[in-house]
Amino acid sequence: MTDAPNATFLLAGAALFALGLRGIFAGVTPLRQIIAVNVMGNGVFLVFITLAARVAGGRPDPVPQAMVLTGIVVAVCATGLALTLAVRHRQEQNERSGTSPP
Amino acid sequence: MSARWIMVLLPMLPLVAAIGAFAFPRAARSIGSATSLALVPLAGILASMVWRGGELAQFVGGWAAPLGIQLRADGVAVLLLLMVSVVGMLISIYARGYFGPSRASAAGSEARHFWPLWLFLLASLNVLFLSRDAFNLYVALELNGLSAVALVALAGGRAALGSALRYLFVSLTGSLLYLLGVALLYGGYGTVDLVLLAERTTSEPHSWVALALMTGGLMMKSALFPAHFWLPPAHSSAPAPVSAALSALVVKAGFYVLLRLWFEVFGGVVSFEAAQLMGFLGAAAVLWGSLQALIQERLKLLVAYSTVAQLGYLFLLFPLAIGSSQQGMLWTGGLMFLLSHAAAKAAMFLAAGSIQRAAGHDRIRDLDGITHALPVSAFTIGLAGISLVGLPPSAGFIGKWLLLGSSLEQDQWWWVVVILGGSLLAAAYMIRLLSHAFTRTRDTKALHPISWGMEWSAFALALLSFGLGFAASAPARLLENVVLGGSGP
Repeated sequence: MTDAPNATFLLAGAALFALGLRGIFAGVTPLRQIIAVNVMGNGVFLVFITLAARVAGGRPDPVPQAMVLTGIVVAVCATGLALTLAVRHRQEQNERSGTSPP
Repeated sequence: MSARWIMVLLPMLPLVAAIGAFAFPRAARSIGSATSLALVPLAGILASMVWRGGELAQFVGGWAAPLGIQLRADGVAVLLLLMVSVVGMLISIYARGYFGPSRASAAGSEARHFWPLWLFLLASLNVLFLSRDAFNLYVALELNGLSAVALVALAGGRAALGSALRYLFVSLTGSLLYLLGVALLYGGYGTVDLVLLAERTTSEPHSWVALALMTGGLMMKSALFPAHFWLPPAHSSAPAPVSAALSALVVKAGFYVLLRLWFEVFGGVVSFEAAQLMGFLGAAAVLWGSLQALIQERLKLLVAYSTVAQLGYLFLLFPLAIGSSQQGMLWTGGLMFLLSHAAAKAAMFLAAGSIQRAAGHDRIRDLDGITHALPVSAFTIGLAGISLVGLPPSAGFIGKWLLLGSSLEQDQWWWVVVILGGSLLAAAYMIRLLSHAFTRTRDTKALHPISWGMEWSAFALALLSFGLGFAASAPARLLENVVLGGSGP
């Protein structure tokens, strides 16, 4: 652990995280919230990857990379579930209001 | 069977069974019932091993930390594993009736998808309680959240899908906050193993930020006030066995991780003020949740708001445990409360489901005469209510009594006001409910028949929550060698 982590990347990660968080709470439409969750997740992954580059000798630490890979798999599953729920929710709303689904 | 195998089987058996139940929908009901039945002796054997020999630990696949993932079973973990397996088994018995063969045609997809998702949920809870690795806990929390969201969506319909979607966003936001905290911990200390972290953490800005992020995320997941808003719609719009599982078991997952973080990993970092803040949020949850429960028109919403309130009591443990000289008593009290709430709340949601199924609605105002039609379910609600209010000799009483004793001992009298006020409010909403249910009417309404297993499994849970009070010394003994808090290895 010789070098300090790259501050630019860390700040970029934090900024992505904050943007995503704002997007979720602003909650305009489910699709926007789903994208916001993914932006937020990528902020976390960026922080992980930046920390992985910190090891002496220039060789990156593989453990955070493994964690990011796992995180990506989880994010893909969650996005799939969220999209399915959002589409079904929209269909139910359309059926109730009597308009045909798009 | 060796402890190694049991610790691997507890999460693996339901996981494999879930895949089996998904692949063979015709056999899903049998696979689900058999698996949740098999988990009870497994958790029981593990508990008896910990009872006799103390904490058990192993590295999966023989890889040591920091690379490997550690599984550990101590007193707290085995008590919660027992809770999941016993409450889970009774919920499964209920679900056999609820999603019974007679409903196969009407709600075929609901029944077909319930069992695999329910088994995934059990697997995620089991792995969560055994994990001592911050990242593995993240994966368990996500598996838990995703299967819980899918279970809420089972009911279909606009309301259920909307609340499932909102629950999913809260759950994902919570886990990403937690994950960012894990990243900071790894950056700062080079490990995510909780035991190693406990040796390394010091009071530095990045550990405060990490703890704050993780606490915020887990508060959202365990619905602590003011992040409770998603719970009542999600828990009340789900099918009855799902409501029971969510309120009894799932919300405890986030709380468990919080306990581990605050008292095991960051034992030396957390301040008196931070713990007081957690306590105040808990107190607000007790009062707000109880007041909301008092004004609900629908039975399932009343029970759901009661969960918001009851979770508040658990967070009173934080200010009381910091600087307590009698932590053993406090943990016994807190866990007694947690276990009795799990059984009582599952019983109430299951009985509420039976009433809803039989009467076709759950409007509290129109529940008169339900005692006559469904005496067992009405009695279940009464008995579980006694435990939730905390009347002696129920386990809820012992939990509250130990919390009260600890507040007085530490001159933190303000928690006494909260505990007593919350109990009075709980008594008020239970009496309001029971006064409607026990009113006699002459007109016998047409009721749908309720299967034997549905009524009696709920009753068994109520009896369990009541009877735990008589067995309080057993959990106390299991917790004796628990060194949550104030003890590095």
